Amino acid sequence: MKIFVCLKQVPDTETRIQIKSDRSGIEETGIKWVMNPYDEFAVEEALKLKEAKGAGTITVVSVGPKARVTEAIRTALAMGADDGLVIDTTEYLDTFQTAQALAGAIKKEGSFDYVFTGKLAIDDNAASVPQILAEFLNVPHVTVVSKFTPGSPTVVERETEGGTREVFTIEGPCVVACNKGLNTPRYASLPGIMKAKKKPIKEMTLADAGVAPSQIKVRLKDFQLPPEKPQVKMISGDAATQAKELVRLLMEEAKVL
Amino acid sequence: MSKVFVFIEGQNEIKKGGLELLTAGKNSGREVVAGAVGASAKALAAQAGKYGASSVFVCEAAGLADYNPAQYADVLTAMIKESGAEVVLASATALARDLFPRVAARLNSGLASDCTTLEMTASELKVRRPLYAGKCTAEVEFVDSPIKFVLMRANQLPVGTPDEAKSASVREFPAPAESAAIKTKEVVKGASSKADLTEANVIVSGGRGMQGPEHFKLLDDLASVIGATVGASRAVADAGWVPHSMQVGQTGKTVAPSLYIAVGISGAIQHLAGMSGSKVIVAINKDPDAPIFQKSTYGLVGDLFEIVPKLTEEFKKALHK
Ligand SMILES: Cc1cc2nc3c(=O)[nH]c(=O)nc-3n(C[C@H](O)[C@H](O)[C@H](O)COP(=O)(O)OP(=O)(O)OC[C@H]3O[C@@H](n4cnc5c(N)ncnc54)[C@H](O)[C@@H]3O)c2cc1C
Ligand SMILES: Nc1ncnc2c1ncn2[C@@H]1O[C@H](COP(=O)(O)O)[C@@H](O)[C@H]1O
Repeated sequence: MKIFVCLKQVPDTETRIQIKSDRSGIEETGIKWVMNPYDEFAVEEALKLKEAKGAGTITVVSVGPKARVTEAIRTALAMGADDGLVIDTTEYLDTFQTAQALAGAIKKEGSFDYVFTGKLAIDDNAASVPQILAEFLNVPHVTVVSKFTPGSPTVVERETEGGTREVFTIEGPCVVACNKGLNTPRYASLPGIMKAKKKPIKEMTLADAGVAPSQIKVRLKDFQLPPEKPQVKMISGDAATQAKELVRLLMEEAKVL
Repeated sequence: MSKVFVFIEGQNEIKKGGLELLTAGKNSGREVVAGAVGASAKALAAQAGKYGASSVFVCEAAGLADYNPAQYADVLTAMIKESGAEVVLASATALARDLFPRVAARLNSGLASDCTTLEMTASELKVRRPLYAGKCTAEVEFVDSPIKFVLMRANQLPVGTPDEAKSASVREFPAPAESAAIKTKEVVKGASSKADLTEANVIVSGGRGMQGPEHFKLLDDLASVIGATVGASRAVADAGWVPHSMQVGQTGKTVAPSLYIAVGISGAIQHLAGMSGSKVIVAINKDPDAPIFQKSTYGLVGDLFEIVPKLTEEFKKALHK
C-alpha cells in the first residue's frame, strides 16, 4: 500500500497578523509555524490505514521553503510516517500551482493507493488544493471527509449542510480531504521523535515537479486589516429589563429582525 | 456583450446565495447565463429569469438528485464552455466548494474561494476575501486565467426585486455518463430542517456556559421564535453536547449572519475567526471581562439562565407570536 499525505505549514492560530507597509502580504517575522490542524487528521488516517493493513509506506509531501516546512514533515514522521518529500520553494504559489507541484511530485514517485489531505488550510481558507490535485492525478476526490473505510470499493462519507452526510463508493486510488471528527490525531512519542530524525526527506525543485511560478492564475494584493468594530453597547439592568432593551435595539436601531 | 455564468442551487426555489449572484450579474450589465443541475433543475429556470438571467442551462435527471463530484464536474464544464462566460459565480455552499475548484482546474483557470466582497461591472471584476481566519482580507487578482471563478459567501450582497414580466430561454443539457470510479451510494439527510449555519440569517450559539446538553433547549426555543439556526463553540462540540456540524469557528463553520447571538461563549480567537463577519453580534455572558464583548455590538452581562428565557418571551411579544 502506497499512501501520500499532503502537509501545509501555517501560522499558529494565536499568531497576530501584521501587514507589510506596501500591503503586498503579511509580515512573516515572528510567526510561529505549525502543521495545518486538518492535516493532522490526514496523517492520523494514513497511519490507521497502514496499521490495519500491516504493511505500506506513508510519504509526507509539502510544498514550501525547505528551511521551515521540514519541521512540519518531521512532526508527521515522528507520528509514524515513513519518509518525506519537500518541494522546496520560497515563491508564492496559488492553489492551482500548489496542486500542480503536488501532482507532479506524486506522479514522479510512481503509483499510489490513497492521497490524504486536510479539508482546508486555515491560512488561505481555500479548500481547493485537494480537488485540483485529484483533477491533475485523474482520480476521484471526496472533501470534508468524516468517515473512511478502505477496500474495493472504498467507502467515504462527507459532511455537508445541516448535518447531512453523502456516502460515496470509489474504485481505485483517490484523494481524501479530511475533516475534524474523522479520528483523533496521536501525539508523537519520544521514541517516535528520535526515529524521525533518521527518516529520509527527499527534495525536489518546482521545475522538477513541473511548475513555472510565473504562470500564476490568481494573486493576492492590497492586504488590509478588518475595519475596527464600533465600541460595544452594554445593556444593564435586571434580566427582564436587559431583554426588553435588547429586543428594542435589535428592531429599532440595528434593524436586523 | 460580456457574459457571466451563475450557478444556482435549490429544490423548488433558488437558494438566497444564488439570488444574490443573479442580482449582481444583472446589475453588472453583463448577460447572465444561469446553470442548474439536479432532479428538479428545470423548476428553477423561471425564477432565474425573473431575477435577471437571459438564459438558463439545465441538466435534469433522476440520477442527478444526489451530488456526484465526477458527474457534476462533467456537466458544469460543458455548460461553462458552452456559455462563453468569462466570469463564473457560485455561492460557497458545501456542494459548490467541493465542485468548482476541480471545474476551474479543468478549464485551466484560477478560482477565488470564499469571497466576501464582489464588485462587478460589464468589464471589471473586483473581489476580496478573508485570510488567516478573518484576521485580514486581500484582493484577489486574476492573472493568467481564461475564466475567472468566484465563490461568494452567502448574505454578503443584496437580492433585487424579481421582474415578473421577464423570462429566460431554457437550454437542456444531456445527463453525463455515470463515473466508474466514484458513485454516490446514499445521502443521509441531517435532522435539521433549519437553514444551514453557513446560510442562516440569524444564529444563536451556545458555549460552555450552557453547562450541559440538556440546556440547549433554551436556545432552541429562542431560535424557533426568531427563525434562527443554533450553533455552538468547540468546547461544547468536543464535549459531545452537540454534533461537530454545529461548531462555529476556525475549525468549524465560518458564518456571516445578520445577527449572531453568543450565549455563554468566552470569545476565544478561534471562535471569533468563524463569526466576526456577522453584521450584528450580541453577547450574553456573566463575566464582564469576557473577550467576546470586545467584538460585540450589544453586550449583556448576567446569567444566561435568567436572560435567555426573558429574551424569548420579549421576542414573542415583539414579533406577535
Ligand atoms: C487549533 C484550535 C482550533 C480551535 N477551533 C475552534 C473553533 O473552531 N471554534 C471554537 O469555538 N473554538 C475553537 N477552539 C477552542 C477555543 O480556543 C476555546 O477553547 C473555545 O472556543 C471555548 O469555548 P467556550 O467559549 O464555549 O468555553 P469557555 O471559554 O469555557 O467560555 C464559557 C463562557 O461562558 C460564560 N458563562 C458560564 N456560565 C454562564 C452563565 N450561567 N451565564 C452566562 N455566561 C456564563 C463564562 O463566563 C465564559 O466566558 C480552537 C482551539 C485551537 C487550539
Ligand atoms: N503547500 C502545500 N503543501 C502540501 N500540501 C498542501 C499545500 N497547500 C495545501 N495543501 C493540502 O491541501 C489541503 C487544503 O488546502 P487549501 O486548498 O489551501 O485550503 C491542506 O490541508 C493540505 O493537505
